[in-house]
Amino acid sequence: MSMIWISILFPIAAALAVAIGPTKSARWTALVGTLVSLLALAIFAWNFPAWKSAEHFPMAVGPAWIEHAGITFSVGFDTVSLLLALLTAFLMPLCIIGSFSAITERTKEYYGWFLVLGASIILAFAARDAILFYVGYEFTLVPMTLIIAIYGGTERRVAALKMFLYTFLGSMFMLAALLYVAWELRLASGAWNFDIDALIATSVRLPSSNQYWLFAALMVGFAVKVPLFPLHTWLPLAHDQAPTAGSVILASAMLKLGTYGNYRFALPMAPAGGAELMSVVAVLAIIAIIYASLICWVQTDAKRLVAYSSVAHLGLCMLGLFALNPMGAEGAVFYMVNHGLSTGALFFCIGMFYERYHTKDTDVLGGLAKRMPIWASFMVLFTLASIGLPGLNGFIGEFLCLGGTFIAEHDGQSGYYGVLGPWYAVVAGLGLIFAAMYLLILLGKIVWGPLREPATSAVGAGHGAHHASLPRDLCFREIAVLTPLAVACIWLGFQPKPMLDAIAPCAKRMLAHYPAEIEKHMKQSGTTQLTDNANARAQDEAIHD
Amino acid sequence: MIEAMSPRLILLVPEMILFVGAVVVAIMGLSKNHGVRSSLPFVTCAALIASIGAVGLTWTNENAHAAQLILPMLGRFVKPLLAGIGVWLVLLSVGAVDRRMERAVARGRLAFDAHRVVQGEYYAFFLLSLMGAMLLCNANDLIWLFLAIELVSLPTYIMVAVGGSGARTSEAAVKYFFLGAMSTAVFLYGFALLYGSTGSLEFLAIRESLALQAAGSGIDTLAMIGLALILLGLCFKITAVPMHFYAPDVYEGAPTHVTAFLSFVPKVAGFTALVLILSCVGWAGHSLIDSDGVRIAYGGLPTPLAAILWMIAVLTMTLGNLGALLQTSIKRMLAYSSIAHSGYLILGLIAGATAGIEAIYFYLLAYGVMTTASFAALCALERRGEELNSFDDLAGLRVRHPVMAWMLALSAASLVGMPPFIGFFGKVYLFIAAFEANQFGLVLAAVLNSAISALYYLRLAIVPLVSPPSARSEEVKTTGSRWPQLAAIVCGVGTLLLSAMAGFLLDSAKASVGRTAVVTTAAAADSTDQAE
Repeated sequence: MSMIWISILFPIAAALAVAIGPTKSARWTALVGTLVSLLALAIFAWNFPAWKSAEHFPMAVGPAWIEHAGITFSVGFDTVSLLLALLTAFLMPLCIIGSFSAITERTKEYYGWFLVLGASIILAFAARDAILFYVGYEFTLVPMTLIIAIYGGTERRVAALKMFLYTFLGSMFMLAALLYVAWELRLASGAWNFDIDALIATSVRLPSSNQYWLFAALMVGFAVKVPLFPLHTWLPLAHDQAPTAGSVILASAMLKLGTYGNYRFALPMAPAGGAELMSVVAVLAIIAIIYASLICWVQTDAKRLVAYSSVAHLGLCMLGLFALNPMGAEGAVFYMVNHGLSTGALFFCIGMFYERYHTKDTDVLGGLAKRMPIWASFMVLFTLASIGLPGLNGFIGEFLCLGGTFIAEHDGQSGYYGVLGPWYAVVAGLGLIFAAMYLLILLGKIVWGPLREPATSAVGAGHGAHHASLPRDLCFREIAVLTPLAVACIWLGFQPKPMLDAIAPCAKRMLAHYPAEIEKHMKQSGTTQLTDNANARAQDEAIHD
Repeated sequence: MIEAMSPRLILLVPEMILFVGAVVVAIMGLSKNHGVRSSLPFVTCAALIASIGAVGLTWTNENAHAAQLILPMLGRFVKPLLAGIGVWLVLLSVGAVDRRMERAVARGRLAFDAHRVVQGEYYAFFLLSLMGAMLLCNANDLIWLFLAIELVSLPTYIMVAVGGSGARTSEAAVKYFFLGAMSTAVFLYGFALLYGSTGSLEFLAIRESLALQAAGSGIDTLAMIGLALILLGLCFKITAVPMHFYAPDVYEGAPTHVTAFLSFVPKVAGFTALVLILSCVGWAGHSLIDSDGVRIAYGGLPTPLAAILWMIAVLTMTLGNLGALLQTSIKRMLAYSSIAHSGYLILGLIAGATAGIEAIYFYLLAYGVMTTASFAALCALERRGEELNSFDDLAGLRVRHPVMAWMLALSAASLVGMPPFIGFFGKVYLFIAAFEANQFGLVLAAVLNSAISALYYLRLAIVPLVSPPSARSEEVKTTGSRWPQLAAIVCGVGTLLLSAMAGFLLDSAKASVGRTAVVTTAAAADSTDQAE
């Protein structure tokens, strides 16, 4: 347990040290802070006893924060949250290193806020108390808003405000929903308690109509963060305006808070609501996939393109999650981690050429493979990972998400009833084809083809000291940022099984109430169809016998 | 000597200390010696700190119960709360009162003129107003309540007038005075009707009588109208909706250090008065054990009152937040924000005993810290000798005055209810209380309003931290005194540190309110006996 707290509190202590210490050493202090956090979490993961089970570790309830309100400092990971926390801790040092040349003003604040941001994301993943989770979840907004508003592009303030307001509004609904569940628990047990497992145990017993609203309220909060169509409009702007490392953390870790929220809260807390609304969410997810893909197609700004592709990819992740069967859920969780790796890496790559050319416009830039061969090979690798090329990490998650959607049929042949089925999978699959198209077009424009460079931005000419110091191709520091990500992408592509095995029990646990609820929901909504299907299944079984 | 005093008198020792302090300060303010005059704020602080000590020593269980108060332990939390925030409210005014006069005297351009200094009066009235707010906790009848709440208000009228100069200040003072007088008339009328209906001025007797009425044919229309008028009259003190119109003008017109005072002390007083009055009516879902051990559901807030409070709550927070959105003046914005926070606080009044009242006092503590932080940061800065007022003045404040910029940001984060600042826990506890009273609709309204409030509070954080400095903000300097900065830093950091102690603070709030039940049970048992 102490390792968890070290991974959260050490970066905060480092942030204070950055604030007090001299400007020169800020980046190194920050690097040490994030590395210690990663190390602590790695040690914890090494000793983690619950890789093969769905249990949380440690289980013990932490010290009380506000005793009368039942708020405690309880932290503990299950496999899923540990993986996501590891992803965050893994990306933090890379972000710090990646910012060395990009951030030249107000560096102390920048590194300080980055440390706090990482700590608060890890806190959100680690929390086993709903209020503690909310503290981490919501507080991420403060550093992220400041990072975008201070270090972002020309429209940075609008972007930061939009992000803050969207997320804040959404999470207020989520807070009200969590308090409501806690209140029901209070009625049942006589004491306030915000332990997440206890809340879930209470809320699954609520009447269906209550669960419906509960699910809707939680979903509003998390859907903004994911972001799900039509609440996604803040994201492209925020990505476009954020500094590179801010985009990386936003896409890789912060958006995962949304999908993680669905996994940890919305779905297990309100199975009846989830069963009723799953098709709505699935349709929204599919709209997100297709709509964002089409936007990507016509996008000439490389960073916006990746941002919209993020919307599409997370749409697929949500679709997998809302297939509500083990295959889809496993795939979705796996995809969360992999999207974090490949999209984060893509944002790094884009940031690297942006630092050199000061433009992200794919109409102006092109053929960079000739100028920056090392960069180009990384860019191609990560784009392929993002497209979902078999052998790289993106493929497994996408395949499982689609597979889960495909088998979520009315007849429940997979052992799980569902309302999605092949058509959903086919339409979502179109999105993958689009993804291949727009990402390959992106590659074709900026990596290959004739060399096109903006006339005014010749490398190393007149862009201030820090840009002049950048070599034409990637420097050692930049390679050091991308290499761990590349290794992780390839390794997970070839060795997904240990991770999938670890996710499986958690996915099952999340779905504990679903088969029954979905069946019930289907009986209520369309009895005849179900009997037809049941007959069909009986016939099938007869044939097999 | 203390043993010889009656319990009711012993409980007044803190007020006595403040009174002595007020007299001393008023006399010292007339001194020709500059050193003596500049020590006034610190004497005031000393009196406040001494009164906190006195509360700790005198406010014991036995004394409180012997004094026959309706909420016996309330003072043990509210008085230190008032005095504790009061200390910082004093410090943020250091150097601001009589500024021009003192400067002229120091430069030898003006001879000291005892007729023209107001510093002594200012701090004396400051202490008297706080004393009034403290006295409210000891109130056990309507007369006392009325006198105490007038003692809160009367000095504030003068503080608004003497603290600054110029037409705006005078306008603010006149407006504040006349509207204040009107509200007084309204709730005094309410007192009269309540007395007419129940035949008593004493809270305990009124409660008994109302309980009897409720158990019989329901509460008298006369009493109901009286209670409604009292609510409306007290809305003035807490800047709640039908009586909130004065707030933006007065807050803007008054000097900033007085605005800080106005946004906190009358609010605590108003809510304390409301809590006391509503304690006489009782809250729904609040049951009592009679002498035979039988559980009797308490009459609860009568529907009309609950409906009025409900409407006031929703309108207050909504109008407050929407109004704040439109402001370009920081002080007006904070005035509307103060209105909005009153709206949230009324949730606690509707939820009632005991979680609601605890939530109110916990939130008042949080609100006091965070609002004082923002006002103190404003007090610490000036532009061409004038106080800051527009957002332009704050643009890019970080460049020249990073600490004050950060304190504004901290207080804004806390005001919006961002975890883990103290404001967040205040809100959570209010929502919890509202859930306990089954007020889901109100929670929803408050949630939506919190989201609206993010729009303008964010500006308070972003403008100083992110915007580039403007021509106006280039001229912003710190005032001569460092004390307002200290107040800003302590309160700003306090918004963060206090949330670490939230458990302890909530326990204290709980302990101060939780004793209601004991007395209530006894009194209600009597009344049910009589009823039978």
